[in-house]
Amino acid sequence: MEILKYIGSFFVLLGSIFLFLGALGIYRMPDVYNRLQAGTKSSTLGAMSMLLGIGFLQPDWMVKMIVIIIFIAVSNPLSSHALARGAYRAGLSLFQKEKIDAYEKDYKDMEDKEL
Amino acid sequence: MEMNIVLYIALGFIGLALILGILRFIKGPTAADRVVALDTMSVIVTATLALLAYIFQRYIYVDVSLVYAILGFIGVIVLARYLEKAL
Amino acid sequence: MQSKGLTISKFVYSWLLMFAVWYGFTTSTALPELITGVIVSLVVTLITAKAAQCCGLDILLPHRIFYMVKYIFVFIIALLKANFDIARRVLSPSLPINPGIVEFETKLNSDFAKMILANSITLTPGTITVDLVGNKYFIHWVDVKTEDSEEARQEIAGDFEKILLKIFN
Repeated sequence: MEILKYIGSFFVLLGSIFLFLGALGIYRMPDVYNRLQAGTKSSTLGAMSMLLGIGFLQPDWMVKMIVIIIFIAVSNPLSSHALARGAYRAGLSLFQKEKIDAYEKDYKDMEDKEL
Repeated sequence: MEMNIVLYIALGFIGLALILGILRFIKGPTAADRVVALDTMSVIVTATLALLAYIFQRYIYVDVSLVYAILGFIGVIVLARYLEKAL
Repeated sequence: MQSKGLTISKFVYSWLLMFAVWYGFTTSTALPELITGVIVSLVVTLITAKAAQCCGLDILLPHRIFYMVKYIFVFIIALLKANFDIARRVLSPSLPINPGIVEFETKLNSDFAKMILANSITLTPGTITVDLVGNKYFIHWVDVKTEDSEEARQEIAGDFEKILLKIFN
């Protein structure tokens, strides 16, 4: 099956480009939240696309690849959500051009309640 | 076994991505930045292990990739809870 | 209190889900593996019965399946858009960002639906969920367009929320 090989190679290449863009994002962005933005989205799509490509290159492995794709699609946003909240509670300030922070007030209220 | 030239190019991009991730891991001014770099790198390594499984034609590496994905996720969650001072 | 029928339906649904996960991990149709899978997934379901029940068997009704497939398509298109958006921001030399945290309230009432919405928001253009308290989402937005909570809801979660309301209500 020649055509599957071409489709698979295309997806693998696309995935590696997105993974590279995600890593470039975490290198260039100014603060931890923006790094999470770039890192999570690009690495999720990149890894999903690359695994799908390998599934096309080797059709016997497709079921396993889909299991890993589903796992990455569920777990990656969860870990980035946990990291964003952890960073905020560790007291890291946001890089901002103008001050927009709706979370600050509610977070203070919650902290008062806990103490 | 004849090797697809596209896969070599893909491995090149992955290598560059890992270098950028490691640079951020070394530079990162705070612990949270380092964990972000670690999170992204663990996803990149998961995909790379599956790609290497195809290149070497070893099905067992796919299982390694799956286990790596699970362990990386758990590790990042634990580190995030630690940053949150909830641990 | 839940009725007995609902409890059984939730239990069977969790069992089916656990067995699907088992099949995904082994990808083998040999009879001994399948029997082991049925037993192991039953044990896991019994252990997690109190905590891990999201929905009953009625989630598998045809019109809900249709909306789930629709959701997956909407989600994949949003994911692609998000990646091109991030690629544009990362590759342009001046880094065009204007970040901030906005809040909005959701109309969803099931916890599972709220989790799915939070995960989807994280993977769609320029937004990640920072926290979820009750009905309030706190969103880090890379390019803040509006601070008003109703407009933010339309802008960030409009499409997803409509489909999720149809699946879970």
